[in-house]
Amino acid sequence: MPKLSPEAIHAIVKEEFGSDAISDLDNSRTMPNFTVLDHSLWQPIAYFLRTDERLKFDYLACLSGVDYNDGTLGVVYNLESLAAHQHKIAVKLKCTKENNRVPSVAEIWRTAEWHEREAYDLIGIVFEGNPDLRRILCPEDWEGHPLRKDYKVQEYYHGIKVPY
Amino acid sequence: MPSLLDAKLSGGAIVTKVEDLLNWSRLSSLWPMSFGLACCAIEMMATNASNYDLERFGIFPRSSPRQSDLMIVAGTVTFKMAERVKRLYDQMSEPRYVLSMGSCANCGGPYWEHGYHVVKGVDRIIPVDVYVPGCPPRPEALIGGLMKIQELIREERLGLTRQEALKKIAAKTAPAEEVIIAAHPFNANVKPAETKTEKKETEEAVA
Amino acid sequence: MAETLEYAPKTRLSQAGADRYIVEKEIETEYMTLNMGPQHPATHGVLRVELVTDGEVVVKATPYMGYLHRCFEKHAEALDYQQVIPYTDRMDYLSAMCTEHAYVMAIEKLLNIEVPRRIEFMRVIVVELQRIASHQVAIATYGLDIGAFTPFLHIMRDREHILTLLEWLCGARMLYNYIWVGGVSHNFPPKFKQRVAEFVKYYRPKVDEMMALLTENKLFIERTRGVGVLPADVAINYGCSGPMLRGSGVKWDLRKNDPYSIYPELEFDAVVPDGKLSIIGDSLSRHLVRCYEIYESLKIIEQCIDKMPEDPNFDPHAAVPKRIKPPAGEVYARGENPRGEVGFYVISDGKGTKPFRCKARSGCFVNLSVLPELAKGNLISDVVAILGSVDIVLGEVDR
Repeated sequence: MPKLSPEAIHAIVKEEFGSDAISDLDNSRTMPNFTVLDHSLWQPIAYFLRTDERLKFDYLACLSGVDYNDGTLGVVYNLESLAAHQHKIAVKLKCTKENNRVPSVAEIWRTAEWHEREAYDLIGIVFEGNPDLRRILCPEDWEGHPLRKDYKVQEYYHGIKVPY
Repeated sequence: MPSLLDAKLSGGAIVTKVEDLLNWSRLSSLWPMSFGLACCAIEMMATNASNYDLERFGIFPRSSPRQSDLMIVAGTVTFKMAERVKRLYDQMSEPRYVLSMGSCANCGGPYWEHGYHVVKGVDRIIPVDVYVPGCPPRPEALIGGLMKIQELIREERLGLTRQEALKKIAAKTAPAEEVIIAAHPFNANVKPAETKTEKKETEEAVA
Repeated sequence: MAETLEYAPKTRLSQAGADRYIVEKEIETEYMTLNMGPQHPATHGVLRVELVTDGEVVVKATPYMGYLHRCFEKHAEALDYQQVIPYTDRMDYLSAMCTEHAYVMAIEKLLNIEVPRRIEFMRVIVVELQRIASHQVAIATYGLDIGAFTPFLHIMRDREHILTLLEWLCGARMLYNYIWVGGVSHNFPPKFKQRVAEFVKYYRPKVDEMMALLTENKLFIERTRGVGVLPADVAINYGCSGPMLRGSGVKWDLRKNDPYSIYPELEFDAVVPDGKLSIIGDSLSRHLVRCYEIYESLKIIEQCIDKMPEDPNFDPHAAVPKRIKPPAGEVYARGENPRGEVGFYVISDGKGTKPFRCKARSGCFVNLSVLPELAKGNLISDVVAILGSVDIVLGEVDR
């Protein structure tokens, strides 16, 4: 099986799901990526990416939550076909701060479960369908999501002063 | 205060105070809790291992807080961990000592400014007897800190509080700025601060 | 093309599964919850595992972490690009050089700068020395967990040699801040290369000794063989990497499969277990991968010493940019750490000298997520053997 270029990968997904589902390819030098526009199609697209014979993205290298500081939050998935073709692509998903819900892919790549919990903990993105969406790094009763750009640290935690 | 080994020998018997004997036996077998938090724990491990061999001081790590009399807080204390540290300290039996190892445990270290989840010094939770600076401290520095704990035990007397004993040790130690200025080659021309009254007296005597 | 070897079926209790085990015993039991950690000598730091047990058999294991969450990503957003490097050291404090290397590669990719060839050789030498030191600790503490104390003392003795070399190079024993964007902090001191070569010569027989002392010990094999078998497809789906993935028979090494630096010019193997001593995917396989990787690293160091270009007036700061202000863009760069793939996803907004976002993907965090699968159906004492073979560093799990 050949190693596909980002353009070819993008074309395959576009052919399968139509041009409304995903954005154009951002073929940057450092990280080629495209954005999934229709949230309801993200789970089918993810399943397609993992199972299609030509793509076989069986390895989710990294999942990062991002606060873009303009009212939008984002999730970035770095995918790779480890056992079959060894090609790479990055997929993005965006949502607003008010409607901070995106579909979970924990059932498709099991590694996503903890990554999604981390993004929930630090950025405050709710992943619908994650089997165990709790805080993972901060304590359960921690206030706020620390990696939000407007985060203010709390003064006291259980009677211990937080700032220096 | 003379230690046991400084005591006079007469007729094959050692004459010493009961307090000194007790202190000597306690300080010669310090059992720290093997309690590694972060990077410093690796240096603590290296200190326990073959090259630095803490066992020659009678120091051997124990896994349970109930068996140990010294807690080495080796690493960053976070808010999630803070309650556990306090609980472990409470589980230790008296008399207990705490050695704070490394900058993070001393004051938050490199995480003091932006580390929202880092406790800025373990002394906000439990009382600390000896601080060892460094990030992480070398094994030699840790051994130095442990010897300070031994010195503290040697000073302890009935009716003397821990704070007073610590003050006594501090009075014996040279101030930090003197030590640093004397040792640093770049400061060869800088005169030590005028706190050294004794030296002046000796100089006058020589003159 | 990554090769996937066949894995042997699960053995011992994990094959039967906890439920069947209970039925066979025909004893009415009730579940007990056992808390392991955060202060536990065998959790390698401050991990807490909640074990639901049925007698001696683990029914469910749930790891809880965050006890060492030191806010790396917050620091990365608040500090300049260069100032982040010391914090990457403290992420995985056993392999500081390797994590630095991955981070620096990400920034260099953003800036699109070339690094002098000699610098690349210097980096690879220190990274491989660090890899050996890191595997030494992993192997030593694994022996300690299982109950072998003597190998620990032997291995730590040899580790001090590496730490002395690196200290001579840059002044720190553990956390170096050595690899800079575009260069390194110090040139190799005179005769450093000879000393490294002497170390390699000295250390190779010591690895054999270590293998004879620990790996070939019957008790050690009994405790680890067939315990915690991880099939290759599960490992890939859970995102495992490093010795964890190779232990399952997947020949995947970023130095080979997604080559960076000067690794394509060097001859070495991505180690996978042959299945003779161990069952592919079990704890012993992961341990063996680490042991044999030490030999590979020694091979790499020897080649680097031979091939490294000589330059008496070399300035290690020549290619270091005065001010790091990358153009707007994003990058995901990664390197092969001793504990698996470490990657940095960095966004630059093109305006400032600080990263807009820097996410660290750590190998341990992902490798640990497979622990519930591995521990299920094993005995309580085997959980220690499994956890030791996963080889976690909590600083990297929690960041």
